[in-house]
Amino acid sequence: MAKNMPEIDEYKYGFADKDVSVFRTERGLTKKVVEEISKLKEEPQWMLDYRLKALEHFYERPMPQWGGDLTGLDFDEIIYYVKPSEKQGTTWDEVPAEIKETFDKLGIPEAEQKYLAGVSAQYESEVVYHSLKQDLSDLGILFTDTDTALREHEDLFREYFGKVIPYSDNKFSALNSAVWSGGSFIYVPKGVQTTTPLQAYFRINSENMGQFERTLIIVDEGASVHYVEGCTAPVYTTNSLHSAVVEIIVKKDAYCRYTTIQNWANNVYNLVTKRAVCDANATMEWIDGNIGSKLTMKYPAILLRGEGARGNTLSIAIAGKGQVQDAGAKMHHLAPNTSSTIVSKSISKQGGKVSYRGLVHFGRKAEGARANIECDTLLMDNESTSDTIPYNEILNENISLEHEAKVSKVSEEQLFYLMSRGLTEVEATEMIVMGFIEPFTKELPMEYAVEMNRLIKFEMEGSIG
Amino acid sequence: MSGSVLEIKNLHVSIEDKEILKGANLTIKGGEFHAIMGPNGTGKSTLASAIMGHPKYEVTEGSILLDGEDVLEMEVDERARAGLFLAMQYPSEISGVTTSDFLRSAINARRDEGDEVSLMKFIKQLDKDLDFLEIDQNMATRYLNEGFSGGEKKRNEILQLMQLKPAIAILDEIDSGLDIDALKVVSDGINKMRNDKFGCLIITHYQRLLNYITPDFVHVMMQGRVVKSGGPELAKRLEEEGYEWIKEELGIEDETVEQNA
Repeated sequence: MAKNMPEIDEYKYGFADKDVSVFRTERGLTKKVVEEISKLKEEPQWMLDYRLKALEHFYERPMPQWGGDLTGLDFDEIIYYVKPSEKQGTTWDEVPAEIKETFDKLGIPEAEQKYLAGVSAQYESEVVYHSLKQDLSDLGILFTDTDTALREHEDLFREYFGKVIPYSDNKFSALNSAVWSGGSFIYVPKGVQTTTPLQAYFRINSENMGQFERTLIIVDEGASVHYVEGCTAPVYTTNSLHSAVVEIIVKKDAYCRYTTIQNWANNVYNLVTKRAVCDANATMEWIDGNIGSKLTMKYPAILLRGEGARGNTLSIAIAGKGQVQDAGAKMHHLAPNTSSTIVSKSISKQGGKVSYRGLVHFGRKAEGARANIECDTLLMDNESTSDTIPYNEILNENISLEHEAKVSKVSEEQLFYLMSRGLTEVEATEMIVMGFIEPFTKELPMEYAVEMNRLIKFEMEGSIG
Repeated sequence: MSGSVLEIKNLHVSIEDKEILKGANLTIKGGEFHAIMGPNGTGKSTLASAIMGHPKYEVTEGSILLDGEDVLEMEVDERARAGLFLAMQYPSEISGVTTSDFLRSAINARRDEGDEVSLMKFIKQLDKDLDFLEIDQNMATRYLNEGFSGGEKKRNEILQLMQLKPAIAILDEIDSGLDIDALKVVSDGINKMRNDKFGCLIITHYQRLLNYITPDFVHVMMQGRVVKSGGPELAKRLEEEGYEWIKEELGIEDETVEQNA
């Protein structure tokens, strides 16, 4: 309909800042690189041993042959560790000026002042800034970067690290376990409830950089926490790799919500393993937004191992030109009366490909368990595609499982209707798309919802020709 | 009288290469209420959709001018901002977008940047119009047309009409599917719009609606053209005698667009 739509295809966070790093390992992944990282971090021997075992496993493990095309990923070309500054700041003034400027551009210090309880900012491989409001630390909440946690709370750390996701889980969990650096560590003591979110921000700046943050969250009995992470990277002609591992333990009656807004540039391979375990009556929620990247393979999992535990996954994925979003969710019902919902919303435009790949497992003990899956896809044009690949494993007869999948297009009638009220084609399309993802945005803290809508608008502007 | 002028001249419109309108002529001025009547399949709704610019309808000949400006050169949204409005027979459902958010966007679409309607003012007017149309306040927070009953959809169209205040409105079978109470309310809404600037084209095949809204002009459409025009008395005669006498008078056997005149 509209003839003169602008073709905006740039990525807002695609700016690259000058390299200020103080140390980086050589390209490629060798035993020496792993030893170097561990030594630099002055880690205990057990961690080095763990890393080296993981490295062995990584070498042995074949590349996954499903999900997406990984042939463009050259492990020899990647730099596995880049140290951006000498020390971590607890005020922004202590952060090197160039790096602070980056986070300023991303709006982090401003957001922190307004509505965050704690902030962690990771640049390349290390967390360069960290803060937690005094009242929260007074309650005994630990919120540090993961390296600091290993140094300062080694016993607690060791008790949980690698327990939810062993290095041998998959090739990329092995990779992360070998070269992990940074990430967030959170411990919320028994009965402590937090209301404002804790946030971490991950930024890749270098070309061919691999970011391997490791996040470990422990929510003790009856406690609650909301953690938010955001990610961006510059646009380069060669590829970068983001391969995180996130492990979460939600104990009896506890609550954890983990909100992710990933907005990677379209040259980033985003291969992430996220898994939570829930004890009796605990609730885990993954709110997972995937915009950008070249290929995302991510299936946040929840093991409902205690009676009455609840798991929710609410995700959106947007795939544009040349992008593949292979995302989904896994729910393992391992105890009686556990319940789960999966809502997956995906948008595919300009030839992008989105797939929902999900697993719902009901174990023998999952008496009375319930699962509900809803997958909606919105196709913006005829070249874009989507797939729904659900797996169900049912070992108990007394369960209930509902699955609903829907693929729709932005219809001519809807556009005509909205445009007949004076909205331009772009505004009308945006409105339809925003409406489509509204079940997701309404779950975000208000400030993120606003940002999310802005991002989507930006994404959509280029998609109407 | 002053206001806008919509001129439709010798309009030919096709859908998928099938000609539906075959030379329709009509002029609507600000301050005037026109009714187009006619049996099913004579091209009434096609005329409405073509004026608004539905992409499925191809204008092959003729012109549509609004205050002398070529409407056919405008995109759908430009037509709306130029002052046209179409209350649709089957309004689309837009999931996830509340009626009030949509309305505010539509109002702001006609205003300059920096001159957006204030939230308070918007809510006040919206509440007033909802009350007038006897619509439950919760419609404002429901998703646009989603799960609305037929009657709610029609009221919502009139709500939009009242909120957007176009120069010329086309109401495509706004009365279909309405019970008598709803019909009265909807008619009250339309009548409330009446002033010496607002022009309205009411498309219906029932005289019933015209008991509540008195048109200044009544037109009969057959075979894709306006074949007879008159005053309100024409509608009365159609109600009493049906369309047969017109067909006889004009020598028409099949009034639908299937036949060539």
